[in-house]
Amino acid sequence: MSGIPHDHYEPKTGAEKWLHSRLPVVGLIYDTIMIPTPKNLNWWWIWGIVLAFCLVLQIVTGIILVMHYTPHVDMAFASVEHIMRNVNGGHMIRYVHMNGASLFFVAVYIHIFRGLFYGSYKAPREITWIVGMLIYLLMMGTAFMGYVLPWGQMSFWGATVITGLFGAIPVVGEPIQTLLLGGPAVGNATLNRFFSLHYLLPFVIAGLVIVHIWAFHTTGNNNPTGVDVRKGSKEEAEKDTLPFWPYFVIKDFLGLAVVLVIFWAIVGFMPNYLGHPDNYIEANPLVTPAHIVPEWYFLPFYAILRAFTGEVWVVQIASFVTGGIVDAKFFGVLAMFGAIIAMALAPWLDTSSVRSGKYRPQFKWWFLLLIIDFFALMWLGAMPAEEPYASLSLIASAYWFGYFFVILPLLGVIEKPEAMPATIEEDFDAHYGKKSEATPAE
Amino acid sequence: MFKKLVTGAAFALALVPAASFAAGGGDQHIEDFAFSFEGPFGSYDQNQLQRGLQIYTEVCSACHGLKLVPIRTLSDEGGPHLPEDQVRAYAADNFSVYDPELDEDRAAKPTDNFPVNDALGAPDLSLMAKARAGFHGPAGLGINQLVKGMGGAEYIASLLTGYTGETKEEAGTTFYENTAFPGGWISMAPPLSDEQVEFIDGHSNDLHHLSEDVSAFLMWTAEPKMMARKQAGLAGVLFLTVLSVLLYLTNKRLWAPHKGKKIS
Amino acid sequence: MFALSGRLNWRSLVSHAEDTEGTRRDFLYYATAGAGAVTAGAAVWPLVNQMNPSADVQALSSIFVDVSGVEPGTQLTVMFLGKPVFIRHRTGAEIEKARLQDQEAEGSFPDPVARNANISDPSASAEDANRVLPSPEGEAPGAWIVQMGVCTHLGCVPLGDAGDFDGWFCPCHGSHYDLAGRIRKGPAPENLPIPPVSWDNGLTLKIG
Repeated sequence: MSGIPHDHYEPKTGAEKWLHSRLPVVGLIYDTIMIPTPKNLNWWWIWGIVLAFCLVLQIVTGIILVMHYTPHVDMAFASVEHIMRNVNGGHMIRYVHMNGASLFFVAVYIHIFRGLFYGSYKAPREITWIVGMLIYLLMMGTAFMGYVLPWGQMSFWGATVITGLFGAIPVVGEPIQTLLLGGPAVGNATLNRFFSLHYLLPFVIAGLVIVHIWAFHTTGNNNPTGVDVRKGSKEEAEKDTLPFWPYFVIKDFLGLAVVLVIFWAIVGFMPNYLGHPDNYIEANPLVTPAHIVPEWYFLPFYAILRAFTGEVWVVQIASFVTGGIVDAKFFGVLAMFGAIIAMALAPWLDTSSVRSGKYRPQFKWWFLLLIIDFFALMWLGAMPAEEPYASLSLIASAYWFGYFFVILPLLGVIEKPEAMPATIEEDFDAHYGKKSEATPAE
Repeated sequence: MFKKLVTGAAFALALVPAASFAAGGGDQHIEDFAFSFEGPFGSYDQNQLQRGLQIYTEVCSACHGLKLVPIRTLSDEGGPHLPEDQVRAYAADNFSVYDPELDEDRAAKPTDNFPVNDALGAPDLSLMAKARAGFHGPAGLGINQLVKGMGGAEYIASLLTGYTGETKEEAGTTFYENTAFPGGWISMAPPLSDEQVEFIDGHSNDLHHLSEDVSAFLMWTAEPKMMARKQAGLAGVLFLTVLSVLLYLTNKRLWAPHKGKKIS
Repeated sequence: MFALSGRLNWRSLVSHAEDTEGTRRDFLYYATAGAGAVTAGAAVWPLVNQMNPSADVQALSSIFVDVSGVEPGTQLTVMFLGKPVFIRHRTGAEIEKARLQDQEAEGSFPDPVARNANISDPSASAEDANRVLPSPEGEAPGAWIVQMGVCTHLGCVPLGDAGDFDGWFCPCHGSHYDLAGRIRKGPAPENLPIPPVSWDNGLTLKIG
């Protein structure tokens, strides 16, 4: 499967051969978990395992919550409290699911920014990257719909506001909005379809995760140097790589365990820290909360959505050129989705011949600014839509687009990359020193 | 240098999540009461919860319901932990509920929830201590909530002690000035005053103590499993730490033959 | 991991320093694997346990019934675990008649055992004394009998004060129960079962 030469599974006994000639499942598993992996992967590479763990965690706890949850506007809120008060250990399972969403997004953001820094999106890993972006979009959809299910005030008003975004799309917007809601406003029909889709989408994500892994197992992992594994012969490849099991499984599990210590401390000692108090008030269509704030992981894009008001000249030009079809509201929606599409286009916007940001002296600083920009947007998304936050949001949004559409294409042309190691082995040995003895023969 | 900055940014992502800081606050005054259940090791004070129950029953329940709280949980460990027969007597003596099977009201049983009470439009108190955050900021960073907690119980206690005595009339409703309430004017008349409730054990019953006790009780009604949760949290953190250490050693030993001496 | 270690021989990649070190290494690996397994196990148990009856359901597994208003010669029907329970306050005449029924049918009961959850011996005989509830102070023995109001034939609810034996009569298929709730005639195979029941005080029964 992989382009890196390595040993493949060979059935030995009669039974193994019998199975292998009919269904090579053992071989598939073997090749997957014994995949040669660049031995210089650093700690930023553990987040894939954390993400896989999160997906399983959310599916398992979610299936359990469904056993006790009632998707009906009159009973949803009380059924969540039933889980919190009556179901054996239900309060822990619910808090794990609730905070599991946050862990999922912490991991996915680190994973994405790792890819952006080390150029993991660049050829030949474009498909891995695009599939990853699709997974991320589905995660956002799933998380949003999941947040509606407890039927608190933020659930209800968040659903109202976000489905309202679709209403901003010209011509087709309102029919789409009606289709999402199943009525003129957020109601029982909305709750039920969100529940159904919230249950469905994680399995779609799981399918895409398999495609994601398949894709990067075909190209081989990227690594901190961005230098390709030597593929000339098995011996050469083995100097650059180690099998995934046990080396990277143990390493990733170590990373996962440390992450889980922090996660479990949050679940045990401050499970509501990341939530919003208003969501402990049952949904009331007659009373809007003072501030409708999305969950933290949506804030950067929420800030971009709000940044483009009618006063911004870009919006005014767009409105003029399109004869008013693209108004401020629609522009905001386009900007929000555009910010994610910009990330997805990174493989084609980045013109640099060097893959890893480690060897790109100017890129490093622009990238650091992007990280700061991301946090700034996150902060701004939670602030009220007034000055100075509105102007700051606009600047921060502009940088987000500027990074992808201006800086990435230009840097490749003007930047002079630093010297890179010739091989992964060289990089690894430079870090850890050369082994004193030769590797014992197999 | 660069690496450190990046690492720092990543830590910021993990530690200072920009959530749960509804703006507002501003001129609200929230006193940071020292509740027994604060912090990773804090636990409910059983006697305080029982006093709070008495205050709720004698005062608050006139207007406010606790519709999500089953009466039987008053005998739960980690809660008020009242004997079961007392809970049964308490339910029967204080509340009646509508029984759809009998099609009439009957005395409440422990298996019933506290009754709904929305006669005056007063909000249900079951989750009040989690539906309000006393602490915010600074500057929308959520650090105060990290350090002091969400402050739901503090908010309630501050509200109960926060009346200034000023009133005003608007559209036929009387509003009372309150230093903890957002906006400063609340339509609930001061519910508690010094020595309003007498405790059998003679515990202090000035306004400050009464407010604190009933707020602790409402924290329990909002989060009845807090003790179990913290226990599970502590056990999990300890065990995962052990596992992390073991994995660290295993990982180190596993990789050792492939690494030479580290060049600094 | 299906002999992966053998195939890859990854252990042999690890240096063969000394035997003692090898032992320590093995111990470390086993300890880590063990700790991982325990963690996984600890995580799985709550996932299973949540399917056990929740606290609100468990709380209904015993109920308290105020029987102060149940005059002799009348019966109170209450719901317990989704099924009716007959609480019969027998008159003196009924108590005597029940004893007579004991004698008249001795040895010929279709179901000779008590079916009383309050008696630990499952083979206790079906005599009236083994079916009734101990009376509260000041009342004649045998004044109270509590039983599940579900016909042991096909689950219908029998009628009180009816049937050939003045006890209960199931209208569905004609099963006759006597004053002690024993099946005497008809298709039902067993006596009406008696749930766990006791006096909480002289006026209140605890069922379950």
